[in-house]
Amino acid sequence: MPIIMILYYLITAYLVSLLAWNFIREKKKSEDLAQYLLVLIPLVLRILRIK
Amino acid sequence: MKRPGIVKAVLIFLFLVFLIQGGLQLYRHRHFDVPVVAGPGVTRVVRLSDFGPGLKGTMADPLVYFLEGKEPGGKAILLSNTHANEPEGLLATLLMLENAVVEKGTLIIIPEFNHSAGRNTRPGDGYPLYFEVQTDWGSKKFRLGNRDASPLDQWPDPDVYIHFPDRQLLSYIDVRNVNRTWPGRPGGPLMEKVTFAAMEIMRREKVDIAVDIHGAETMFPVTNCIVAPEKSNRIATMTSLTVKAKEGFDSHVEPSPTGFRGLSHREIGDYSDTLPFLLEAPIPFLDQPTGPKTVKFLLDGKDPFLLSLAQKKKLFVPYDESGWPLEKRVGQHCSVILEILGQYSKKNPDRSILVRDIPRYAEIVRNGVGHYFHDPAGAEKDKIYLN
Repeated sequence: MPIIMILYYLITAYLVSLLAWNFIREKKKSEDLAQYLLVLIPLVLRILRIK
Repeated sequence: MKRPGIVKAVLIFLFLVFLIQGGLQLYRHRHFDVPVVAGPGVTRVVRLSDFGPGLKGTMADPLVYFLEGKEPGGKAILLSNTHANEPEGLLATLLMLENAVVEKGTLIIIPEFNHSAGRNTRPGDGYPLYFEVQTDWGSKKFRLGNRDASPLDQWPDPDVYIHFPDRQLLSYIDVRNVNRTWPGRPGGPLMEKVTFAAMEIMRREKVDIAVDIHGAETMFPVTNCIVAPEKSNRIATMTSLTVKAKEGFDSHVEPSPTGFRGLSHREIGDYSDTLPFLLEAPIPFLDQPTGPKTVKFLLDGKDPFLLSLAQKKKLFVPYDESGWPLEKRVGQHCSVILEILGQYSKKNPDRSILVRDIPRYAEIVRNGVGHYFHDPAGAEKDKIYLN
């Protein structure tokens, strides 16, 4: 795997951690909770090397 | 929110349902293998990585089949699934692999040229993941791929793809399109390594003819044709005239533009002694203003919206209630390839390529494509290759 691709996977993992952290911390807005998870789907599929 | 814990638990449950349900389908598609029964003409099978560095162990390392005649002669290479959402090329080459016998010269076939694209899906357009072709022994299932390689195999895309070596600026997505990355380079992005390896085959094996097999929209002007550069023009013209006269279908000649870089019909000719040809058969499934992209539509090419547009003369091919079925598309490709080989052999008798047992247009239209595929269950194990 080229270095730039590894860096992009690291960026993706960082974004996943940010979204997961926001999801954990959110206490009021259920719409935001749903949106965090929606955005997470393609990022998790990429990290798992499925899509 | 009164009970955030319960809401979060429900949302996580839904998230996992979507992730697992969708992810499993995509995972299975990427790892689904199509068994191919090597016919009596196949003499050896290697990998593309045997000709180019950096491909071994990647998803961009397809099988390369050699069909060598007893008598030496010329050599031709056939590439299909350059765009893996244009399956008529794949079916034409698999049909040849399972049936053709070469008497003189050599046929080199790479059925899944963009192997990564064949294991990619097309997001957003509602494409089916698979399609099935009816055979004499049941149905044979194929993956429907995408035009471009999977980002799992080549990522990230640049803002603009700078073609090598001409430095022409192309669309960012064309960095994953193997019909924009010719002639390639050994140290470039993965798709440039793929085209470089194919160029190496042509240079090392002294290949006379290269045929890149495609399908194109009925609303796209470069459809139902043979695209050829100046050096291939004579053979392409004779082929076009002969199939029209003898077999009754059109496949006109389009000149390969000199200013549009990266395409097989341009770069193969410019960077090797090989004569390149690119074949296009109309595939209504790829047109934009159509009904749902169903498997039935992929196979029969019938669509009421296209029919309406045809009546308004908006299409570049004749189109009626019979659509543009798979049999016609595969049949055209087989006949045009046979005719190119025939025309080349006439002009170059010492480098002729003689092939038998490949059906022509009328036979394929009459018998169906599936008639020519062999049952893997009844074949010897060493003849089966997983594509």
